[in-house]
Amino acid sequence: MKLTGSEILAEVLIEQGVDTIFGYPGGAVLNIFDTLYKYQDKITHVLTAHEQGASHAADGYARATGKTGVVLATSGPGATNLVTGIATAYLDSIPMVAITGNVPNNLLGRDAFQEIYITGITMPITKHNYLVTKVEDLADTIREAFRIANTGRKGPVLIDIPKDVTAAKCEYEPVKPIRLIERYQKDLESLRRVANLINKAQKPLIYFGGGVGSSQAEEQLMKLVNKAGIPATYTMMAAGLLPDSNPLNLGMIGMHGNRTSNHAVSQCDALICIGARFSDRVALNPNKFAMKATIAQIDIDGSEMNKNVLIDYSLVGDIGQVLDDLIPLVEEKERPQWIGQIREWQENDYHPVDCETELKPHQVMRIISETCGEDTVYVTDVGQHQMWAAQFLNHAKPRSFISSGGLGTMGYGYGAAIGACCGVNGVDAGKKDNNKPVIHITGDGSFHMNLNEGCTAVSYDLPIITVIMNNQVLGMVRQWQTVFYEKRYSHTDPCRKTDFVKLAEAFGAKGFHASNPAEFQEALNEALKVKGPVWIECAIAKDEKVLPMIPAGGTVDDIIMS
Amino acid sequence: MGRSIKKVVSVLVDNEPGVLARITSLFGRRGYNIESLTVSATNVKSVSRITIVIEGDEHMLNQMIGQTSKLHVVQDIFTLNYERSVVRELLLVKVAADESNRGALTEIANVYKAKIVDLSIGSMILELTGEQNKLDGFLSILSEYSIMEVCRTGITALSRGAINNEED
Repeated sequence: MKLTGSEILAEVLIEQGVDTIFGYPGGAVLNIFDTLYKYQDKITHVLTAHEQGASHAADGYARATGKTGVVLATSGPGATNLVTGIATAYLDSIPMVAITGNVPNNLLGRDAFQEIYITGITMPITKHNYLVTKVEDLADTIREAFRIANTGRKGPVLIDIPKDVTAAKCEYEPVKPIRLIERYQKDLESLRRVANLINKAQKPLIYFGGGVGSSQAEEQLMKLVNKAGIPATYTMMAAGLLPDSNPLNLGMIGMHGNRTSNHAVSQCDALICIGARFSDRVALNPNKFAMKATIAQIDIDGSEMNKNVLIDYSLVGDIGQVLDDLIPLVEEKERPQWIGQIREWQENDYHPVDCETELKPHQVMRIISETCGEDTVYVTDVGQHQMWAAQFLNHAKPRSFISSGGLGTMGYGYGAAIGACCGVNGVDAGKKDNNKPVIHITGDGSFHMNLNEGCTAVSYDLPIITVIMNNQVLGMVRQWQTVFYEKRYSHTDPCRKTDFVKLAEAFGAKGFHASNPAEFQEALNEALKVKGPVWIECAIAKDEKVLPMIPAGGTVDDIIMS
Repeated sequence: MGRSIKKVVSVLVDNEPGVLARITSLFGRRGYNIESLTVSATNVKSVSRITIVIEGDEHMLNQMIGQTSKLHVVQDIFTLNYERSVVRELLLVKVAADESNRGALTEIANVYKAKIVDLSIGSMILELTGEQNKLDGFLSILSEYSIMEVCRTGITALSRGAINNEED
């Protein structure tokens, strides 16, 4: 049957199992939006306030569901507004397909109104991108884009479609998508070497990252940890993949990780890195990272081997499949001596002190976790609040801690929370009961960047609780100024007078304010009863720091504890 | 940082617009410095060959190959073993020449088996094909004279024999 380019786009999205997309209309995508009008019972389009919000929503949707996020924007500024969102997804290896309109073929390259070379702009922040100049190529290009986004190391793919292509007609034949199975070659010799390393080690440690989540290999990870009795530490991207309640889970490693995890890395004799990349926020000094250890790395991306830290053994492939083959070769063990040493470190680790009259960051996080339960999806922005959330929330389930790790995108949170809420509860969450709580934890700095998405949350009645850790300052940068710049607070104290309670109400949401734990508990209890979006502003002292902290380039010996 | 070595890398890519930009964008971003680069057609219409000469330590070269191979447009990438490959570059050099030194220049050209491809009143253009060090030697002799302009193609290379002599 003959269909227009826009109809082919809709049909292939349906082929690929897409039922929810995020976007914003404009001139170059008018035909596509006209088609979406006709397909509204099959594809739900969520309209955001800004294309950046839509891009983060597609990303948050992907992280919360494990499916591919789809974002749609018009040419020119619509396309450039996606750039931060695409880059955020790229740095965290999140599967996303971004679709942009462009000016018609005959105007390409002529600096036409709202023309931009978006495939050029996004070349270094996509796995691949396409300019589709012929309608005949459209269906297969979209199919291939989904395949690329979802295979190997996942990531964003952009498809740019000139306006005339969205109107042109051609023959369309539906294709049933093949189930993607990662090609994997079992390397028994390397598997035996790594198993041998684990079996012989006296002080082994697992260090795992977001790759475990990409591969949905959290069960295998748990099996390996429990069978071989290996303590494990995680990067921020991996919070929740192994429950915090597992006694062998040491918590987060790195710049703001706990001292125990960082000690363990410096003292271990075998380090098994699974789906992590020795980034500069973890291997702060790559030359001194895990110096006493023989290092084995498991990752789907071969170019990660020896990239930042030199390793001894590598297993390249889908983590789930590799672990399935590795686990039978590993001996069942308990390691009382090594675990004993770790327990001693844990007792002497950083433990913040509670307070009744003021709101302490760790108390906010504890109250949230205790009140909302283990099925909660947490989404953060970027800064101090993000680190407090990573450190002090109870991470119990995979795909429940959604945060911009690699790019560190302030303003990520609200869009991502909208996407996550649509993903786990549906776009019609506001009309339903028994939704999973979606808690968006932000700071006053990050929230000011993209709080415009408040109107989106209200439009769709999304039950997202936004907790604003308001310390009146750009806290993370200010903390560095305190520690490294002799308290010269250059442009981190913006003297804003925003009344978040009133602003929430102005958007049509509900607002609360809390300045001590009792008030916060009460506000949160109330918020959970509300059907639509709620903002809770928490008064946090300016000088609260994220601790512990290892300065950039340092080691655990340089750790700052107070 | 390890010892710096020079490698010839052959990259087989999809023959479509923007491919070179994808490769150079990656190299620019990751700080790989290209010494020479040529793009050429192959016997397969849909495939182009990019031949890159690059200098760096072993670690950097491995990273370069790993990262480049991830590009969707890259079908194959391998380093060529210098010993088992034919490596060529073409040089055009314009030298100031009049009656007084034309003879001497012609003699040098004959020794190197260079061709005189242009002879004008005040200058001549010499063409030479060969390995890089031969071209370097030729240019160094000519530097005794007044070189007006130089243009080199960058190298092209193929491995000898029926199969790709990729380096182990």
